[in-house]
Amino acid sequence: MDFSFNEVQQLFRDSVDRFVAEHYDFETRQRIVAANGGYLPEHWQQFAELGWLAVPFPEGYGGLDGTPVETMIIMESFGRGLVASPYLSSVVVAGHILNRAATERQKQKLLPALIDGSLRLTFAFAEPTSRFDLADVSTTATKDGGGYRLNGHKCVVHYANTADKVLVSARTAGSQRDPMGVSLFLVDMGAAGLSARHYPTIDGQRAADITFHDVHVDADDLIGDRDHALTLIDEACDHGIAAICAEAVGAMSALYDMTLEYIKTRQQFGKTLGSFQALQHRMVDVFMACELSRSMVYATTCKLTESTAERQRTASAAKVQIGKAGRLVGQEAIQLHGGMGMTDELPIGHYFKRLTAINTTFGDISYHIARYRQTV
Amino acid sequence: MDIAFSEDVQAFRQEVRAFIRTHLPDDIKHCVERGEELDREDHMRWHRKLCQKGWTVPNWPTEYGGLGWSLAQQYVFHDELAFNCAPRLPWYGWDMIGPLLIEYGSDWQRQRFLLPIASGEEWWCQGFSEPNAGSDLAALQCKAVLDGEYYVVNGSKIWTTMAHVSDWMFALVRTDSSGKKQQGITLLFIDMHSPGLSHRPIITFDGSHEVDQCYFQDVRVPVENRVGEEGEGWSYAKYLLSVERTGTADVTRSGAMLQRLKTIAANEQAQGKPLIEDHWFADQIASLEIELKALEVTELRYLFETEAGSDLGPESSILKIRGTEIQQHIAELIVDALGYYACPDLRPALWQDANAPAVGPDYAMLASASYFNLRKLSIFSGSNEIQKNIVAKAVLGL
Repeated sequence: MDFSFNEVQQLFRDSVDRFVAEHYDFETRQRIVAANGGYLPEHWQQFAELGWLAVPFPEGYGGLDGTPVETMIIMESFGRGLVASPYLSSVVVAGHILNRAATERQKQKLLPALIDGSLRLTFAFAEPTSRFDLADVSTTATKDGGGYRLNGHKCVVHYANTADKVLVSARTAGSQRDPMGVSLFLVDMGAAGLSARHYPTIDGQRAADITFHDVHVDADDLIGDRDHALTLIDEACDHGIAAICAEAVGAMSALYDMTLEYIKTRQQFGKTLGSFQALQHRMVDVFMACELSRSMVYATTCKLTESTAERQRTASAAKVQIGKAGRLVGQEAIQLHGGMGMTDELPIGHYFKRLTAINTTFGDISYHIARYRQTV
Repeated sequence: MDIAFSEDVQAFRQEVRAFIRTHLPDDIKHCVERGEELDREDHMRWHRKLCQKGWTVPNWPTEYGGLGWSLAQQYVFHDELAFNCAPRLPWYGWDMIGPLLIEYGSDWQRQRFLLPIASGEEWWCQGFSEPNAGSDLAALQCKAVLDGEYYVVNGSKIWTTMAHVSDWMFALVRTDSSGKKQQGITLLFIDMHSPGLSHRPIITFDGSHEVDQCYFQDVRVPVENRVGEEGEGWSYAKYLLSVERTGTADVTRSGAMLQRLKTIAANEQAQGKPLIEDHWFADQIASLEIELKALEVTELRYLFETEAGSDLGPESSILKIRGTEIQQHIAELIVDALGYYACPDLRPALWQDANAPAVGPDYAMLASASYFNLRKLSIFSGSNEIQKNIVAKAVLGL
């Protein structure tokens, strides 16, 4: 039992925190998300130089052979600085799938490029009618000569605008919600028949709805075993959950700090807001929510490499905890800031927007309560 | 970072579990499971078994009879006791008075009191609250005046848990009222059989007799029974309260209760199928289980983040707050799960005849009484609002 970071992780944490503090103040962040791509390509190159894009990958491909703890460290820091980037979709989720299921030849081709920053990916799994069920796939991949033909509609694909290639879940067998018969394909964003409608999301990040109309892919673009991709998708999304939960804890701790500072200084009725017991107790509720959430992030991160049932249960439990806490902390931060909390000028509302988006990403509170009890 | 227990600790857990399952008498286990009261002899039957095994006061230093167990071992020991429905250990003695004496007591006090605490022969109660000093503990008025080699105590203590079966009370008394209210408080050990000390039962609305009001009329307490310095009682009290806070997370007992809730919900029928298949009900159970999980990991984190688990900070107040909220919520859902059978009150029948036949399912018997009784959790050992005040001040700096 050990909840501490080792020395290397501690140094790593300091360096990520330092980068975010120095390069990602709130004004800079607002300029970045207002610009066209919703992220800064120079930063991506710096991430590569700092080795962050290499974290989860094996040394043989230029990776750092990191553990989920290092990913957690990066994501928490990103949350604290409200960093907008394709890191989650490209490195954490799509990267995990390639690392686990791609062939040696595919890895040789893709991983070094992912690590040096020249290749960005995204993962298209959700559909307009699937809600959060990963098995609910209507997009089809039908045999077409030596390859496949893709048809379907994927929705709210994270940072598709920055991606060179998109991993797509598509049905190669079975009916719409069958766990069997789902496969993964890696498709060029520029492929004929692929059209993407890009848009900003409520949190200033970017996403797209992507339609596939007779998009041809080669047999070599199949990632992992045909028909058997669901367990892999499920696992990758649990890694995504652990990562955004860490991000949420970073965001919540930033809100906590700012709000505490505010009620310690803001005066009404001749004294600080923080001297009123009604507000003190609300602030303690915020503190408790942050603490319990941090615990669940550690738990889900450590359980990612355990048995499937343990991993799923803990990821769902964490997602529920973080979903509820994110709402509470965000809403209380706004309330305790009063009218100032409503302004676009303060970061408060922007953190709340990110936490709101996080609650929906990879399944919301009620979805994960149900998933939790089904894996008990 | 690694949040699993090592193999050694896992093996130790198995050893503890096997011991409890072999040696805990069924009738005692059954009482604990249902939340029934145990008498002192029941407690002693179990306690003697632990003594024979040598498993007492694991948290004390070895020179005072402690076991030198690692923090992880201590944790799983308590965890297994709770999980297997063993009676609560003599909490006040083992976890509060023992460590207090080891830290602040005189040699004589250690010699006189530690051994009977460890063996469970002497029981302790806590004399803190008074009729006019509840949450505002420092407002206490029970007075002690030095008269030669004795303090003469006059006043009253209330909500004293198990005073009627205790041998000793550790009491906060006022020896000086000239300064701030936190000053002039002294900690005394009072023999419960002292002349002039009487108590009356307070029956709580669930029908239990757990607490008493105690009255002191010229009770003479030898000066050697004073802990530490006169007038320094408040700092010892704060030490004791911080110990008490951490014990009340009670994660494993909540886990056992939750298990009971699931069993009940699996047995109760609603719309022709088990209640547990009702999505709304099942989601409520799952939510609670998730809340409990978050609390459990937080408790472990606080324990193992602090060096050797010594002084848990005031953050530990949140363990008390969340732990009690969760237990109360489970008790509430158990009552919900029972439907109509939450209502029959079979205690009068049981008092007359312990074998009186049940009405409705056996598990329904004391469910409502337990729900009523557990309302105390958010009130005692510093109400949850006081805990929030503590966190606001000591952690948030408000």
